[in-house]
Amino acid sequence: MREPFPFSAIVGQEEMKQALMIAAVDPVVGGVLVFGDRGTGKSTAVRALAALLPPMRAVQGCRYHCDPGAGSGLCDECLAKTTREETRVPVPVVDLPLGATEDRVVGALDLERALAHGEKAFEPGLLARANRGFLYIDEVNLLEDHLVDLLIDVASSGENVVEREGLSVRHPARFVLVGSGNPEEGELRPQLLDRFGLSVDVTTPQDVPSRIDIVRRRDAYDRDPKGFAAKWGAADQRLRERIEAARALLPAVEAPDSVLEISTRLCMALGTDGLRAELTLLRAARSLASLEGETTVSEAHIRRVAPSALRHRLRRDPLDESGSTVRVARAIGEVFAA
Amino acid sequence: MSDTPPPASPSPWSDALLALNLFAVDPAGTGVALRAPAGPVRDAWLARLRATLPPATCVRKMPPMIGAEPLLGGLDLAATLNTGRKVAQPGFLQASNGGIIMAAMAERLPPGTAAILAGVLDDQVCRSAPNGAEEPCRIGLLAFDEGIDEEGLTPVLQDRLALHLDLTRLSHHDCSGGAAISVADLQAARTLLPIIGVPDEVLEALCSTAAAIGAGFVRAPLFALQAARAAAALAGRSVVTMEDAAIAARLVLAPRATWLPAEPPSDDAEQPEPPPPADQAPAEPPPDQDEQDKQPMPPDGAEILLEAAKAAIPQGLLEKLTAEGAKGQPRAGAGRAGAKRKGGQRGRPVGVRAAPPGSGLRLSLIETLRAAAPWQRIRAREKTGAGPLVRVRRDDFRVVRVEQRTRSTTIFLVDASGSSALNRLAEAKGAVELLLADCYKRRDQVAVLAFRGRDAKILLPPTRSLTRAKRSLSGLPGGGGTPLAAGIDAGFSLAEAVRRAGDSPTLVVLTDGRANVSLSGEGGRARADQDARDAGRRLRAAGHKALFVDISPRPNDQARGIAAEMGALYIALPYASAAAVSSAVMAASKRL
Repeated sequence: MREPFPFSAIVGQEEMKQALMIAAVDPVVGGVLVFGDRGTGKSTAVRALAALLPPMRAVQGCRYHCDPGAGSGLCDECLAKTTREETRVPVPVVDLPLGATEDRVVGALDLERALAHGEKAFEPGLLARANRGFLYIDEVNLLEDHLVDLLIDVASSGENVVEREGLSVRHPARFVLVGSGNPEEGELRPQLLDRFGLSVDVTTPQDVPSRIDIVRRRDAYDRDPKGFAAKWGAADQRLRERIEAARALLPAVEAPDSVLEISTRLCMALGTDGLRAELTLLRAARSLASLEGETTVSEAHIRRVAPSALRHRLRRDPLDESGSTVRVARAIGEVFAA
Repeated sequence: MSDTPPPASPSPWSDALLALNLFAVDPAGTGVALRAPAGPVRDAWLARLRATLPPATCVRKMPPMIGAEPLLGGLDLAATLNTGRKVAQPGFLQASNGGIIMAAMAERLPPGTAAILAGVLDDQVCRSAPNGAEEPCRIGLLAFDEGIDEEGLTPVLQDRLALHLDLTRLSHHDCSGGAAISVADLQAARTLLPIIGVPDEVLEALCSTAAAIGAGFVRAPLFALQAARAAAALAGRSVVTMEDAAIAARLVLAPRATWLPAEPPSDDAEQPEPPPPADQAPAEPPPDQDEQDKQPMPPDGAEILLEAAKAAIPQGLLEKLTAEGAKGQPRAGAGRAGAKRKGGQRGRPVGVRAAPPGSGLRLSLIETLRAAAPWQRIRAREKTGAGPLVRVRRDDFRVVRVEQRTRSTTIFLVDASGSSALNRLAEAKGAVELLLADCYKRRDQVAVLAFRGRDAKILLPPTRSLTRAKRSLSGLPGGGGTPLAAGIDAGFSLAEAVRRAGDSPTLVVLTDGRANVSLSGEGGRARADQDARDAGRRLRAAGHKALFVDISPRPNDQARGIAAEMGALYIALPYASAAAVSSAVMAASKRL
């Protein structure tokens, strides 16, 4: 397979990179939705991130790559085991193609064993493969409804349940949902929108020098993926170490009351429904703080993650001409000025 | 420098052949979107392509309705049942690796299929089967676009094809001349291709030209670069020159133009300080020559390319852009996505899902048997004694997933004339946006037509996107006469197009009914009124549902009469707010 484009070689798109790194440090933040024009490097960034992440510990031979250190959330097979051999596997990034069938997504009967031995066995699907990793859906706004329903259910329960003629399987399916799409081609269902922790709008860079830079790098990569990846290896390695350090630091990061208060005020000013917005805002800010090696969340962190954490949660007002990004910026201005 | 290719806009056919040669040199790098009806012109082009490609090249034709499984490969059920172990069947894509795929009727490709192809073009690997294994898949895609008018290749795919050729206006008399390149020359070019260097100034010129005409990013300049390399390889050069880049600008960038360059480069007389004064026009390719003018001016090359691209920008772009108000970033293909994506889906199977048949769901026998097949041995073991030959259970049932109800498309026909505009246009806009905000749930689409002055214009092709609706509505100007007949006719033809695409259209006319411009564009109330009634009758004869909202402050008989001719439901809403109009439309459309 081709070397993925190095994450550190992506020009600009700082908000997208920040959101992806935040989700990589703390998957609990929820997924990332990347909306924007074609050709802004949405898929490139997601694949690049996967290559960037340090390999994770997993139970050897487990089809859901369960975490051997985890007390709960193991699959039945791992629970039944007395000793769990440990191994390291790359963080999975699983593509969910638009045309995928339900069987392929949730898993189905293992054909080979059924046909050859007449045995009922489960063959895991894409959700199983994505456990503890990323599930990436390009053109997420074009996804078939029945798949959307399925995803909404699994994403909120963290578990995939397959019941059929005595084939009864439930397995952990906790993943970071990453969706990308072009809003001009259709809107996203609100329920699914809500499942994404962060959302970013990416736009094409307007200045010619950075465009030239992008084209030059992309072209160099296309002509020699290996060589290009090697050239950026060191930079990627630094990012990898930063993510590892942030993960280690994360449990120690504190959010003082003043920060809690300002995030509440911000959410109130924007009229975002429910607790989810506040929680995500805080978690994202904590993750960002840990990425920067700080143990206290500051107002500046809140300010920087607020657009990503809130813009897709605003109640839509068709008569308000300004986009949600502008509305968030306005609210930030008001709340932080006060 | 002007020795071989003629500099300014060569004949379309010779450009088509040039594109063909570039494609032949680098099929995987420079895909082709060929817009042309099936016919002698396309055949001539194809015959030439076949003659140019090495005879061993694998060229396979892909039908538009190929499903995901045949495309990506899957289980060979017959072999699996025979042998009792899993036998995989290679997909169309894997089988085409290294070759060329001709996508017939590509404008009809369902979004899922287009997305798969797009992924393969992007990554040159194909992820197949449940295990997600990746296999190399380098294909040259040649997409035939037989669309008419608004219909066309989905932007998802169009964007990923380097060369956009439009042969619709050529007749077969034009298809002569142009020497074919020999197989030996082609091979030489292919060998040369990987080592071709690109000077910085060429790269910069391509980027700034792409930016100047709004050709989209990042694929436009990247493809232009690929095409320039292929052109250099054809010319036997190991370094790309401006000449090659000009070809790329013409063939790759120009068709993607979404606006015209800001200022015509003819005003170089009044430029602040031309660094190399009167540099003898184009003939200076050495890259180190213009070291000194790094930043202040765009490199000369950019101007050459811009000229080349400008000369080749499709006719009619200017008119289209000025009509749209040419503001913001009207992205070329994006606008048509909504309409195309849902082209003709009524009754078309779009896959299967597990559910028992009945209540309008159609059983998919094959898929049901496929689902049941692996269980046969297990079930046979569970049930002793002779059973039916095939044991199918409830869980096996698969139903065909079609669009379960056809989506409705509400076409707003908004009177933007002087008599209506001032007071009612804002409400109409607001109503459209309100309806649109609600339409995701209902799976509806909205389109907006406006008529004023002498004719009607499509402001918003059918879409579900609020983003787009806002943008196109914000630019709606008001004022002028009331060409109601032209408006109704435009609504009629859009309704027909929507119906052809498999959706059911509903027309909502917002007007005061005071027609004063006839179909021929002349003034005169009597004539205009008569024309409007005639247009209304045409609409009714075709059986389109319509709602006539009389928005004049004083509801009048003239409007009522036209509504009756249209067979439309008539409601008078003087002084209604946007919210009132939208709820009236929602209520009324249920009655229609």
